[in-house]
Amino acid sequence: MIARLGALLRRDLGLLLFGRRGGTVLPVLFFLAVAMLFPFAVGPEPQLLSRTGGGVIWVAALLAAILPLDRLIEPDIELGFFDQWALRGISEEWVVAVRVLAHWLSFGPPLMLASLIAAALLGLDGVSLRTVELGLLAGTPGLAALGVTVAALTAGLRGGTALAGLLVIPLAVPLLIFGAGSLATGGDSGIALTGAVSLVLLAIAPFAAGAAIRGARG
Amino acid sequence: MQGCSLAADDLACRRGDRLLFAGLSLSLAAGEALHILGANGIGKSSLLRILAGLLAPFAGTVARTGDVGLIDERPALDPHQPLARALAFWQRMDGAADNALARLGLAHLTDVPVRYLSTGQKKRAALARLLGQAAPVWLLDEPLNGLDRDAVRLAQALAAEHCAAGGICVVASHQGFALPGMRTLALADYAA
Repeated sequence: MIARLGALLRRDLGLLLFGRRGGTVLPVLFFLAVAMLFPFAVGPEPQLLSRTGGGVIWVAALLAAILPLDRLIEPDIELGFFDQWALRGISEEWVVAVRVLAHWLSFGPPLMLASLIAAALLGLDGVSLRTVELGLLAGTPGLAALGVTVAALTAGLRGGTALAGLLVIPLAVPLLIFGAGSLATGGDSGIALTGAVSLVLLAIAPFAAGAAIRGARG
Repeated sequence: MQGCSLAADDLACRRGDRLLFAGLSLSLAAGEALHILGANGIGKSSLLRILAGLLAPFAGTVARTGDVGLIDERPALDPHQPLARALAFWQRMDGAADNALARLGLAHLTDVPVRYLSTGQKKRAALARLLGQAAPVWLLDEPLNGLDRDAVRLAQALAAEHCAAGGICVVASHQGFALPGMRTLALADYAA
């Protein structure tokens, strides 16, 4: 079983990191583009930028996490992968758990690295940067779990991708409130709550997404 | 090969609000083969998916021992990867050593991305995946679609070898499938 899950993770990472649709480069560039556009939109005033920059990084991270949603689950259902896994006794729950991990690895750490550049663009100070990075570390696994769950729920629906984006944004509000909120309060409690929300989402994701994939099978 | 059996009792299948078939029972022991015949849309694929455990029957039960290998219209190979890499994923999943690529006429195609393969070549690739899985129960949904004459003979020979080695083979097809000792089941007899 471990060998099979390892093979799954290897395939998922290969497709998500180096896939044809830009892999991990596209979300990171998108993220940096948003961070770069923001000063143009609100003006180059340093205080304003450093005060709002952390929140911008969070919104940009959320949007970047939405980009690969359409290729997280649906292609594997259409190509018959989930049926073949089911025949081999690999449950949808396991596949989803591995996919959440792969999805997170493909955008979480890259975004945390890109945040260093974004922080420089937005003029964040060291303390804020530390809070942003810790918040992203606590929050992006939840975003990954949420993304995979919603991708499974909307797989096969017409306009599923747009719908997935619309569904993820409101559901990600708690992560955003606590994550970005930790910047305003300056304490670690916000990060702890972000982590708590992430853990709940991580715990739900395999079962919710697994049930959705089984339900879509006909 | 591990011991295997496949039995279904009083199966019924409903798709949407349409009852496709009802009262279907069958029983296959090791080494036996069954050809499910019927017109398009009569429920052959649904029956195979029920036998595979992928679809819940509307009524009735399925009893099965032994792993199931399924071939249907979807090859379950990553379209953008070269054939060798796409098959290597399933080799790692199944712990298989060799997919008999040479015998299936795929040896010269290992560098070609799966999306460039023809229908028949994809079918051969699916057969390679099936052979690597080494499952005792084969469920083949229209296995001959898109295959040329040589490949049809090869697929029939593979099925015959599989049954001779103690495996079960269920073929759902509107085409003929030559396999010694194969029984037939006309799904129209059970249409509701």
